[in-house]
Amino acid sequence: MSRFATTPIQQLLHSYPCVEEFIAAIGLATPSDGRPLQEWLTRLSDEELLDAGMERGQILNHVERLIAEVEAMADGAAEKVTHITLLGGHDKSGRPEALELTLRAGEVVCVVGPTGSGKSRLLADIECLAQGDTPTGRRVLINGEVPSDERRYGLDRKLVAQLSQNMNFVVDLSVREFITMHAHCRQVGDAETTAEQVIAYANRLTGEQFSPEVSVTQLSGGQTRALMIADAALLSASPVVLIDEIENAGVDRKRALELLVGGEKVVIISTHDPLLALRGDRRIVIRNGGIAAVLETSAAERYNLAQLEAVDAAVMTIRDQLRRGLRIEEAIRWPT
Amino acid sequence: MQLITVAGSPSVGKTSVILRSCEQLMRSGLRVGIAKFDSLSTSDDQLYRQRGIPVVTGLAGSLCPDHYFVSNVEECLAWGRRQGLDLLISESAGLCNRCSPHIEGVLAVCVVDALAGVHTPKKIGPMLRLADLVVITKGDIVSQVEREVFAYHVRLANPAARALFCNGITGQGALELAATLRAAPATPQLEGVRLRFPMPAAVCPYCVGETAIGETHQRGNVKKMRFADLATAEAP
Ligand SMILES: Nc1nc2c(ncn2[C@@H]2O[C@H](COP(=O)(O)OP(=O)(O)OP(=O)(O)O)[C@@H](O)[C@H]2O)c(=O)[nH]1
Ligand SMILES: [Mg+2]
Ligand SMILES: [Zn+2]
Repeated sequence: MSRFATTPIQQLLHSYPCVEEFIAAIGLATPSDGRPLQEWLTRLSDEELLDAGMERGQILNHVERLIAEVEAMADGAAEKVTHITLLGGHDKSGRPEALELTLRAGEVVCVVGPTGSGKSRLLADIECLAQGDTPTGRRVLINGEVPSDERRYGLDRKLVAQLSQNMNFVVDLSVREFITMHAHCRQVGDAETTAEQVIAYANRLTGEQFSPEVSVTQLSGGQTRALMIADAALLSASPVVLIDEIENAGVDRKRALELLVGGEKVVIISTHDPLLALRGDRRIVIRNGGIAAVLETSAAERYNLAQLEAVDAAVMTIRDQLRRGLRIEEAIRWPT
Repeated sequence: MQLITVAGSPSVGKTSVILRSCEQLMRSGLRVGIAKFDSLSTSDDQLYRQRGIPVVTGLAGSLCPDHYFVSNVEECLAWGRRQGLDLLISESAGLCNRCSPHIEGVLAVCVVDALAGVHTPKKIGPMLRLADLVVITKGDIVSQVEREVFAYHVRLANPAARALFCNGITGQGALELAATLRAAPATPQLEGVRLRFPMPAAVCPYCVGETAIGETHQRGNVKKMRFADLATAEAP
């Protein structure tokens, strides 16, 4: 017997707005009296059911699964990923990787290697929680355990949020509406306030400020990137964030990484940029489809990173002077 | 033999994801064939044949391709058996968002396209709501936020289904898709097996060739719109 068949339908609609949305989506009138769900279903005419595209049992079943899903989503938010473990497979010539690599929440790991070396395959293995069933034979554990099927196939429990370079907005909404929509789906209590926070953070990451009223389709590349990073850090369900290169233009990368790491996420960045690669705690070197080495960022590298940052800042200052119409004739003082 | 129905609106990426997962299935030694249903024309058969996948094509012409599918699915099953297939995948494009080729006990896949906008999952009928597996394509060209919102709406539209993203071009996600296809139940025969939901009753006068507009020509199953302004004007 169904859990909700005898529940008065008004009570259901009140406790679970998703049920009301569903009834509207299949084109049935919202019931306005206190009859139990089963009785409401029994009284629907065959024509109404045909138009709705579902039979009584299917509707009842659907309502049940829907409520279970919504409850699971609320639970899922509490479930925490503290670390993921990558168990090595083999490279393109079949040589074993012999490695067990643990990535912790709050850590930045970079992936480096020539184009075509297998960086995307590594990211894909993590994304699909490979269990020896991908071409590399790698396996991925969550909190030290083999992930459940629910984890692997539950869309909303997706482990990985992927910020790719070539993406578009299909919706035409203002930044505020857009982020609020996401917050609603994530079932956060006060969606509007959370959205304001995300937008404020994004503005701290980008040199070019934008208003919450502007349409997402009008944002510049840098603004878009900043907004997606702030959203991934503060609003995304996924405990792992994969980023395909953060361009120099328009985004404060140091702050971006701090924000992501502060959100207790595992941050994995595929990059060729020394400023980014050296800022990670470790970097994974890919060669011939396999992990050739895992390098911890050394003290000497951190020193060099500081030098590189100073050079970068000097170049940025010059760019800014150019933008303001100034001459670049003063002797440039490089860090020593 | 295992039968799998793959349905989705035109151009969502059905052929692309079928091809990507067939590559995986064939690599593990399985024989896969396709029954492709469309209305007027298709070049999908060439795409399949190029990769050595046997294919039959059914063009429905003036009929709805999904209705045409059900009338011919048994014959397709027999064809698959003659070809010695392990898996027979049917590909059909529902034209009305309302028809659905899904059959009781036969693995039902619905392909939707993330580009179509976050509210699309709500608008698709039994084809999505009664599927066992929902495959979302073109996630690569929309933002991470839209992917999450889209996935959420798919889950609300069909909380019982498994859902996954699959990129029809790079094949990312095809491995998981192939694993689910491989686990499909066997379909020894279809005589007496039922569709998951009735197809729309397409017997209005225009279905049977009427072309003239006007109430005097509309006999049979005719349904009229209600107009709120007229309803209030008529109320006492
Ligand atoms: N960017 C991107 N394009 C895709 C993806 N999947 C499919 N496409 C493209 O979308 C177009 C349509 O794909 P098809 O696989 O032919 O779509 P279909 O659903 O089989 O189309 P019909 O059989 O004609 O209804 C093609 O140009 C594909 O290359 C994807 O995941 N990402
Ligand atoms: Mg096709
Ligand atoms: Zn139809």
